[in-house]
Amino acid sequence: MQLYLPIAEVSVNMFLLLGLGGGVGVLSGLFGVGGGFLLTPLLIFIGIPPAVAVATQAPQIAGLSLSGTLAHLRRRTVDLRMGTVLLSGGLVGSATGVWVFRLLTELGQVDLLVSLAYVIFLGVVGGLMFWESVGALRRSKGGTVVVKPRKRHGWVHGLPLKMRFRASHLYISAIPPFVIGLLVGVLSAIMGVGGGFIIVPAMIYILGMPTAVVIGTSLFQIIFVTGFTTLLHATQTYSVDAVLALLLLVGGVVGAQIGAQIAVKLRAEQLRILLAAMVLLVCAKLGYDLIVEPSELYSLGRIAL
Amino acid sequence: MRGVLAALFWLCSLLPVLAEQVIADLNQNQVAITATFDGSEIFVFGAVRRDAPVPAGAGPLQVLVSIVGPEGPIDVRRKEQVAGIWINADTVEIDSAPYFYAMATTAPLREVISHTEQMRQRIGLEHLVKLIDAPADVADTPAFREALMRVRSREGLYEELVGAVTLRDETLFDVSVRLPANLVEGDYRARVVLTRDLEVVDSVEQTIAVRRSGFEDWVYTLAMDKPLIYGLLSLAIALFLGWAAASVFRYVRS
Repeated sequence: MQLYLPIAEVSVNMFLLLGLGGGVGVLSGLFGVGGGFLLTPLLIFIGIPPAVAVATQAPQIAGLSLSGTLAHLRRRTVDLRMGTVLLSGGLVGSATGVWVFRLLTELGQVDLLVSLAYVIFLGVVGGLMFWESVGALRRSKGGTVVVKPRKRHGWVHGLPLKMRFRASHLYISAIPPFVIGLLVGVLSAIMGVGGGFIIVPAMIYILGMPTAVVIGTSLFQIIFVTGFTTLLHATQTYSVDAVLALLLLVGGVVGAQIGAQIAVKLRAEQLRILLAAMVLLVCAKLGYDLIVEPSELYSLGRIAL
Repeated sequence: MRGVLAALFWLCSLLPVLAEQVIADLNQNQVAITATFDGSEIFVFGAVRRDAPVPAGAGPLQVLVSIVGPEGPIDVRRKEQVAGIWINADTVEIDSAPYFYAMATTAPLREVISHTEQMRQRIGLEHLVKLIDAPADVADTPAFREALMRVRSREGLYEELVGAVTLRDETLFDVSVRLPANLVEGDYRARVVLTRDLEVVDSVEQTIAVRRSGFEDWVYTLAMDKPLIYGLLSLAIALFLGWAAASVFRYVRS
């Protein structure tokens, strides 16, 4: 059934959108990643204007993250204090990101910004994931498990403005989490992602947080940052398509539950390679489109009637 | 609409006797863009009223029907290769271009109307897509105008239907023009022109009001006029859905 999206101003098959949301939801449930970094490029591939694809991800991700956070709150695996510091940085970052996004929209370069950001981050994340899963496969075959001891005292511990984070058993400066939150906030606004794939490793390796509270805390702060990003995109770039967001969300929540059920039964290591390969494939497609001479060199701006 | 036609007749009766007059109507004067909008068919039909016999030796009667969507300025961008990647480099603002344009005729355009008449009546894309002040620092600016027409043609927004108008006994005519799904709001002008020997004999114009309607209209208006409320509402619904999903699945599992 064709559905005319009010803000994107294109007519798209409703079941295609539900399916896309669902498919990416399954992946996110399976691997514990948000999936925004796959959904935005896919939406662009099916003809949604890049600005709308990015802005519409924000409410979508906020809804999905709330769903996940509730479960983590019940299990008490959320460091609320750390989350608050991260999200205060995130709000500043999101405002900066939307400002840059709006500026480049006016200059007609926003598509380039989105594509470049994706090529770089998908390349790096996909590459790392691929590397890690190949390593994990090799380890599970060899049978020897090498656990690197985590450094408890790095440069992070020398900074001022120290705060006590009880849930994470940390006494560190508030500056590093604030800066991490800020950077992820910028990415959230210009890429239409939650940023979990960056903030989770950053929390473990830079801040030294215990793994148990990382996912919950990340999801908790994502709700606020993407929520704020929604409001900024709605008022600054007018690109949030509520109908599109709801369809993706319905597909997404169902998919995520299915994915989580499958994850319990399956060994995820081989599948992780598959996910990495998919991320690299999307990255390659976006990169290819930037390098190869397009068949039509001219494009039209947004109409102002 | 009837009133307009009646007024037209009355006006015509005041004028010196015209040999041939066109009377035309559309199957609809309003198009509603709803959530399931998938394009719309506009059926233009009419008749020729003749007070005197056609002079001997006159060429055949021709009919030209055009539908022109809302006109306005638009930016056209050209990509260039910079450091290995293709990015938007030059921008030219086309001063005025219709968003939609369809022209249907009974015969090839050059057999229907002369160049001068075409210019006087502003018929054809070459007179509607206007680039007046081209920036001096951009090379080959006419290419931007060509590109606009090419891109819109490919999107089904610019169309020329040669020979699509059927004319019976030089009296009754009709043509069907399809408005695509990717329409924008605005007033679309439908015009019927009668010609003989490349000269315009008579013409009439009607307006088709294309409007968003129902839910589509409500969402769009809210998003543009009260963006903060729209943003809050979108977010609230998304969060509610997230919460509801979590509760439902927890209930199902337990």
